[in-house]
Amino acid sequence: MQEIDLEKKVKELRKTIFRTICKGGGGHIPASLSIAEILVVLYYSILRIDPQNPRESGRDRFILSKGHAGVALYAILADKGFFDKGELDKFGRSGAILGGHPDMYSVPGIEASTGSLGHGLAFGAGVALAAKMDKKDYRVFVLLGDGECQEGTVWETALFAPQHKLDNLTAIIDYNKLQAMDRLDKIISLDPLVDKWKSFGWEVREVDGHDINNLRDILKAVPFAFGKPSLIIANTIKGKGISFMENAPIWHYRLPNSDEMKIACDELGLEYF
Amino acid sequence: MHDLARENKQILALVADNGAIVYDEYRREFPDRFLNCGISEANMVSIAAGLASCGKIPFAYTIACFITMRAFEQIRDDVCLQKMNVKLVGIGAGFVYSNLGPTHQATEDIALMRALPNMTIFSPADPLEVRKATIAAAQINGPVYLRLATAGTPRIYEKDYEFKVGRGVVLREGSGLAIIATGAILHEVLQAADELKSLGISVRVINIHTLKPMDKEIVLKAAYDTKAILTVEEHTVLGGLGSAVAEVVLENNKVPIKFKRLGLDDTFPAGYGTYEEMKEINRLSKVDIVRAAQSLLEV
Repeated sequence: MQEIDLEKKVKELRKTIFRTICKGGGGHIPASLSIAEILVVLYYSILRIDPQNPRESGRDRFILSKGHAGVALYAILADKGFFDKGELDKFGRSGAILGGHPDMYSVPGIEASTGSLGHGLAFGAGVALAAKMDKKDYRVFVLLGDGECQEGTVWETALFAPQHKLDNLTAIIDYNKLQAMDRLDKIISLDPLVDKWKSFGWEVREVDGHDINNLRDILKAVPFAFGKPSLIIANTIKGKGISFMENAPIWHYRLPNSDEMKIACDELGLEYF
Repeated sequence: MHDLARENKQILALVADNGAIVYDEYRREFPDRFLNCGISEANMVSIAAGLASCGKIPFAYTIACFITMRAFEQIRDDVCLQKMNVKLVGIGAGFVYSNLGPTHQATEDIALMRALPNMTIFSPADPLEVRKATIAAAQINGPVYLRLATAGTPRIYEKDYEFKVGRGVVLREGSGLAIIATGAILHEVLQAADELKSLGISVRVINIHTLKPMDKEIVLKAAYDTKAILTVEEHTVLGGLGSAVAEVVLENNKVPIKFKRLGLDDTFPAGYGTYEEMKEINRLSKVDIVRAAQSLLEV
């Protein structure tokens, strides 16, 4: 029963992402689509949070370090009741609370105003450290992009977290192998990614980022090792759900024309709009 | 810091692999509230923001140019944009690290920090003022940049005084010329003022210890009461104290006044030597201030 629900949530999420961004005049569709399963599993079966008390001090924290995929998160927060669903229709428009990158003060449920890459993991490590200092047992999850790992500050935090035994910190990398201009391995390759994080002192596991069951099992298993932060490499497809966007760098920040719209709506099960 | 930490358990001291000796006593008493983040200034600032989001009051302390420049984006996005209660402490403002060269000398930091919304900037002139500014910083709920020189700078204040955030201090009264300055260079400015006095020029010396929000009233009063304003800073003349004063006076739209900024004239600090020698080499010594004042009055 639970799995069917999550599958349905994922399908709905992809529809909402596409519709919201197209209506809002622009956004990062493929980067948002690739993390659909990850976010659904986190928000519907892992995170201890309460939409009625978004700032309750003992809550689990999720930080979307790849802030440009904000629309995916907005859709879930709206569905869970953190704010009114009507806000999604105003995305990116004058008077909206929802914009291209998330704002922690105007959007309930958003933990950090990310957008510039390379900040979220460090901020999350600070939050995890505060928990250790205060002997609180909430957990911190940070979702990074793979291109984001080209930012040096990510590695500063990668060194810091194991040093301070932040086993309440879990980083997830949306390893979709693409960035804005091309495939990662044509620009700055991260391989071998598992080895790198392991050598820094993280406990690393890999998963198919579109497999709900495995995602749930892995996320339930954190921390993977006592005294070490956890890293999940989620192998994903950028643009998953829309055939012509899958693995196509050109779609990083681009709106479909009317022909492309028809195809996309068909594939997602959306009424043409 | 020690006293603050005793009073408030949320106070934390963060460093980027610096602070030996200076923090020894603090570390002995509060080992759990001291964090050496290593040579990773950007990480340190983001960590501080994360800690602050959970109610902590982190003081992130390292060399001024490293914290303001290496971590500028983190200060902008993680601290200021998110309005986090983080105190950034920069040591080695101007040329105090006099034989270490320009990479360790902060001469553009005021310009950078001034441009950031939600930021308060303190630039204390002597050890007594450092103490007051630190206490004031802890009482503010929001981002603060504390621009410090180094230990052992000469005393400016002979006796205690009330430190008010955002209010400048008139150190000497006068009506011929106003010299507005900030930080340790005030020692030089006061000597220059004494010499100008002996030459028959009445000099008002104003200490701007809060660069942001700056005391506009004291600046405008100086503009009304005197014939010229000279600003002095161990910093580039582009975007620092001089620019801040010019902005206020010009936008007042009323006061015609002679004006000059004294500081680094769009150059990096040059040379090596003692702090005194550096001030001479970079034309910020007492002699340079006197000359600048005299030529300004002759314009």
